[in-house]
Amino acid sequence: MLDGAEPSVLDVKDLKTVFKTRRGEVHAVNNVSFHLKAGELLGVVGESGSGKSVTMMSLIGLLPSPPAMVKGGQVMFEGQDLLTATDEQLRAVRGARIGFVFQDPMTSLNPVFNVGFQVMEPLRKHMGLNKKAARKRAQELLELVGIPDAERRLDDYPHQFSGGMRQRVMIAIALACDPKVLIADEPTTALDVTIQAQILELMKDLRDKLGMAVIWITHDLGVIAGIADRVLVMYGGQIVEHAPVRELFANPKHPYTRALLETVPSVTGDRAERLRVIEGQPPMLTAQPNACPFRARCDKAFDRCQRENPARYSVGPIHDVACFWNPDTGGARDV
Amino acid sequence: MFDDTSRKTLVTVRGLKMYFPIRTGLLRRHTGDVKAVDDVSFDIYEGETLGLVGESGCGKSTCGRVVLRLYDPTEGTISIDGTDISTQGQGALRKMRPVMQMVFQDPQASLNPRMTVADIIGEPLVEHTKLKKAERLDRIYDLMDAVGLNRDFANRYPHEFSGGQRQRIGIARALALNPKFIVCDEPIAALDVSIQAQVVNLLEELQEEFGLTYLFISHDLSMVRHIADRVAVMYLGKIVELAPRDGLYTAPLHPYTEALLSAVPEPDPVAHDTANRTILQGDVPSPANPPKGCNFCTRCPRVMDICHHEDPAFREVQPGRFVACHLHNS
Repeated sequence: MLDGAEPSVLDVKDLKTVFKTRRGEVHAVNNVSFHLKAGELLGVVGESGSGKSVTMMSLIGLLPSPPAMVKGGQVMFEGQDLLTATDEQLRAVRGARIGFVFQDPMTSLNPVFNVGFQVMEPLRKHMGLNKKAARKRAQELLELVGIPDAERRLDDYPHQFSGGMRQRVMIAIALACDPKVLIADEPTTALDVTIQAQILELMKDLRDKLGMAVIWITHDLGVIAGIADRVLVMYGGQIVEHAPVRELFANPKHPYTRALLETVPSVTGDRAERLRVIEGQPPMLTAQPNACPFRARCDKAFDRCQRENPARYSVGPIHDVACFWNPDTGGARDV
Repeated sequence: MFDDTSRKTLVTVRGLKMYFPIRTGLLRRHTGDVKAVDDVSFDIYEGETLGLVGESGCGKSTCGRVVLRLYDPTEGTISIDGTDISTQGQGALRKMRPVMQMVFQDPQASLNPRMTVADIIGEPLVEHTKLKKAERLDRIYDLMDAVGLNRDFANRYPHEFSGGQRQRIGIARALALNPKFIVCDEPIAALDVSIQAQVVNLLEELQEEFGLTYLFISHDLSMVRHIADRVAVMYLGKIVELAPRDGLYTAPLHPYTEALLSAVPEPDPVAHDTANRTILQGDVPSPANPPKGCNFCTRCPRVMDICHHEDPAFREVQPGRFVACHLHNS
């Protein structure tokens, strides 16, 4: 699944998104490049404001413009650059070839329509099914995501579902047109742990069954460890580290990733007397991105980090890191 | 460390019930109750942190609030530092307030946006002490130092601060009157991972410095393992298990505790592949209409006949370990 021979379904190159504000431009996404292979689960991890959601929203033109502006880059999906596509072309992709699941299932479902209508909507719009066929498919979808008594529940309204069940409905809608790529933006953050565990199992199961590629955005390293094949770590609007999940947790190279892994307590394993702390605050992103975004909080930073923004240097077969410091030698990277 | 005889009990809660009435129809007749907290008993020893964990809607926040008498309990007694506060009038209660304070979940919502930081931290001092203005300002500066806020920011407003700094303001306000007991209601839930550790370390440092006692309410089991000395697990208004931290995390007795712990995703990909996880089916039932018998019987992987008609008693099964489950009723 991770070898380089397979073609990518989604290829993002040098994506740049800025927000125009009264205080100047905010560089929310800065030169982000990544690819996604068929059937793989790519985890994107970062704190709030690190640019993980904005990156995904930029891909498929979901950001309101103004204030947002995609300033450059290329997003190749099925032979088409999504950044230059017309609105009409984008509409044919969104919800059909690329599905979405958002964080809060209450605000992303429409409270005045029943669930059946909302699951059937993409089926009728994108696949041209008639009402009867769409209803039958909608019932199958609800069964697929594990909603009991699916036929009857099609006529229920979102408020009659619990949080976990609503998120299952959202997943059913996203899967309706058999998408090639599913983007899940913090889909379990608003849910309780026992419900989160249910949804994670469901997603792994569905991915194996349907063979779609998934981008899973989260701030929870535990979730990433359990679900992802490959991981992008984002900080300050940039990808700072990229590696397969086991490699990332066993052998993190970026000072931010290393610190982040140490700040998170666990329910098993050793218990530290004091938690490791990353001092300071995340950066504001209003300055031109011509220095490392992590420099102010980094205990390894030296002068070059203040003057230059590191590129992503390869440190293994599928492992790269945007940092001038080399943890293996303990000194500056030879670049 | 948990030797009951050598440690002083600061907070004693017995048979605490908090029911919110459901009123329906034109006459708003009382037709039922949401049993948010249903017969809960526990002690908190001086200087310790009791973690209170559970899923949303299990009544953990209500429990924290009613322990401070922010609600009037339906039944039961609460005594803090030797004083029974469960039936006290508001006047007497007010005299008790300096002893017991609270840190709220959402630092954005719990700080008045029209007051400066100095006003916010100083308000309890105005209300409860007779300090002169200059003395008060000294105390405010001391508090800001204690929680790691720059004194120069005293005249700024809450919106000028980040989430972690706002939570520090909330903590400074709670500390203003030298309390003995602080209820921390999900103090880190709204913060980013890297900021959570800063706030948790601050709470621990302050505890050591001022000898504070915490009731730490959280849904984050890994953070509770870090900060708490003993942990109580709530499910649908009841405490199902209460035990010293290490015992609870290594050998949980109640099937719900076990399921809850196994549902926490570990930040370790290798552990995920080998873990034998218990995934609970279904959702938490409504506290307005809890199931007959044990509250957990609808989701319990080890349910027995007796669980459907008899509510298990909450009892001490090993020294210091309490559990409410028929599996341990031999």
